[in-house]
Amino acid sequence: MANTTASGGDFTSNLGRIYGIYTGGFIAFIILMAILSAMGVPNRIIGYMFVGFTILIYAVIGILSRTMQVGEYYVAGRRVPAIYNGMATGADWMSGASFVGMAGTLYALGYDGLAFVLGWTGGYVLVAVLVAPFLRKFGAYTVPDFLSARYGGNLARFIGVIVLFSCSFTYVVAQIYATGIISARFLGLDFNVAVYVGLAGILVCSMLGGMRAVTWTQVAQYIVLIIAYLIPAIWMSTVKTGIPIPQLMQGQALANITALETAQGIAVHHVTPFVHGGYNALNYFLLILCLMVGTASLPHVLMRYFTTPSVREARVSVAWSLLFIFILYFTAPAYAAFAKWTMLDLVASGLTPENIGEKASWMFRWAAADNALVQICGKAAVDAAAVAAACAEKGVTALAFGDISLNADMIVLATPEMAGMPYVISGLVAAGGLAAALSTADGLLLAIANALSHDIYYKMIDQNAPTSRRLIVSRILLVVVAIMAAYVASTKPGDILAMVSWAFSLAAAGLFPALVLGVWWKRTNSAGAIAGMIAGFGLCLYYLLGTRYGAIGFYEMWSGLSTASPEAVAKYAELKAAVASAAPDAQAAAMTALDKHAQTIANWWGVKNLSAAAFGLPVGFAVMIAVSLFTKAPSQAMQDFIEEIRVPRGKTVMEEKTA
Amino acid sequence: MATPDRVSYWNKTKNLMIIMMALWVFFGYVIHMFVGSLNNIVILGFPFGYYMAAQGSLIAFVIMLFVFARRQNAIDEEHGVAED
Repeated sequence: MANTTASGGDFTSNLGRIYGIYTGGFIAFIILMAILSAMGVPNRIIGYMFVGFTILIYAVIGILSRTMQVGEYYVAGRRVPAIYNGMATGADWMSGASFVGMAGTLYALGYDGLAFVLGWTGGYVLVAVLVAPFLRKFGAYTVPDFLSARYGGNLARFIGVIVLFSCSFTYVVAQIYATGIISARFLGLDFNVAVYVGLAGILVCSMLGGMRAVTWTQVAQYIVLIIAYLIPAIWMSTVKTGIPIPQLMQGQALANITALETAQGIAVHHVTPFVHGGYNALNYFLLILCLMVGTASLPHVLMRYFTTPSVREARVSVAWSLLFIFILYFTAPAYAAFAKWTMLDLVASGLTPENIGEKASWMFRWAAADNALVQICGKAAVDAAAVAAACAEKGVTALAFGDISLNADMIVLATPEMAGMPYVISGLVAAGGLAAALSTADGLLLAIANALSHDIYYKMIDQNAPTSRRLIVSRILLVVVAIMAAYVASTKPGDILAMVSWAFSLAAAGLFPALVLGVWWKRTNSAGAIAGMIAGFGLCLYYLLGTRYGAIGFYEMWSGLSTASPEAVAKYAELKAAVASAAPDAQAAAMTALDKHAQTIANWWGVKNLSAAAFGLPVGFAVMIAVSLFTKAPSQAMQDFIEEIRVPRGKTVMEEKTA
Repeated sequence: MATPDRVSYWNKTKNLMIIMMALWVFFGYVIHMFVGSLNNIVILGFPFGYYMAAQGSLIAFVIMLFVFARRQNAIDEEHGVAED
């Protein structure tokens, strides 16, 4: 029985020791790899050992934490101490994209990229103050559980499941895609095989032990990912400035970047606000809002706070979560600044198409892996000849910073090579990226599978299902959803990264008003909540899909609200005329050109598609309040129920049969 | 259920919530609206407006949450609704 009910006290008090030994062991492993690498073991083997060893550890934790109890499976027995739940939330929250892409985005967007840093941290204030403690007191297993209890019935539950599914599924596809990319790059596997290898790594953590297993592997994954993120940043800071505190020395990096930019005649400075990538002040602040509110509504994050032993611990746990997330997010801007400084220095050293092979041969290796990753003079920089040809065509003899375009997703993974670090650091970064992607995928898969098995199967289809059957259904659904997600990822859907950002807007518009008003405004009733959720989610979805996939129709219908410049409008008319006059065989190409242009001008008041909740969220609130006021107030029993979840003392409101 | 003590408990909880939301708006949005003029102040190489978005507001959020957890717990205990 030891592995299914590990008696609370002993287990909890040993946690510090267990994870202490684990962290020491991981550092010893890194040193061992460095020694092996110095002795001449090939890079490929080092890469295999990093990925293989870390996945093996997660698998062992996953198997040791297997369980057949409902309470353990859904909420880890509600006895995860605040600080460990904080670490697990950190890993749950920081996705492959955060780990791999965040510093790259900051590298490209400078100040404007900080909207992501602010949005993905500030949201935790909303989680702690407005939502999480109350959901913990209620005692839900899933977010739709709360909606159903508060808004009387299965309709609210069902809408909750739809919102949950649409925001979590695309997100999980992106995580599996990231695991595929990392395994393919560092293990040399075919991408299609790599996706299913990643899938196996995810399932082994979550299938046998549900939330319980995912919690303890996420803690282990957090430790790997944070070490892997900090070491290269500390290394670069030491090499460049002599002081191993990248966050502090970032100031010096910024001063140097500005000086180099001025010397090289780059007009748009890294630190200048509201000038990069189409982020004006309006879009900057709306994006922060959508990301923050989305954070406070994403079910896979909220459900982590169902696992703490008490309401008090849930609140403290949110603070710990943010601290652990903060450690990575305040390093990311420093990471980006040091990478940019390194690149500007490289260019300032007199970079030409002739000497680039000698000064920065790493670019050729990355461009050879994927043409889109490194482009010089507008062409893939696969070797010296290709660079020379592309630059000769453009008449470039000395390379400027603007001639070299690096893909945002490669900055973190390539930094070790950029700064001349040994291969061992590259292997470590790969293991970190994999930990980030696997941990988020586990949390998301569990959120989806729990909603389907608990909310749809148990609550709506078969209320008398015995617990053993519920757990089997849950596991089957987990595997089915995981395979579906892996299949979608293996088709390499082009828009996948954009869709991840959509998840925040969809969750914000669909769930946030119902969760917050449900606790803070007693007058919210079932009709209001349902109408508000449908209106907010619907409007958000309409804006997202309309501006992306139906841009022509959207622009034609709302051209009065678009902020398109007169030239853009003229170009639209011109392209439209071209479609009308095109020969039948050129019709499709002309239509594509028109659609592509329409996507740039299809908007309401210039709001980017990424911030779609800017409309859905206020409309969701307004409809919820208006409909609630026009219909009957909630019953006395419901008002007592709300009183009950507002105070920490007492049993959880929802008592489940758990055995 | 709505005893006088519960009412006063909820009022204090609400006040704390409003304070936290005001701080959230300040550090999440208001301060960044002045990024242009704040960038003229340079400390250790950091333009101050950039610093606030890259680190300053984040540090404020972390501290806010630990203080919030303490303050709310004090309110719970004062009104006898804390967990045992």
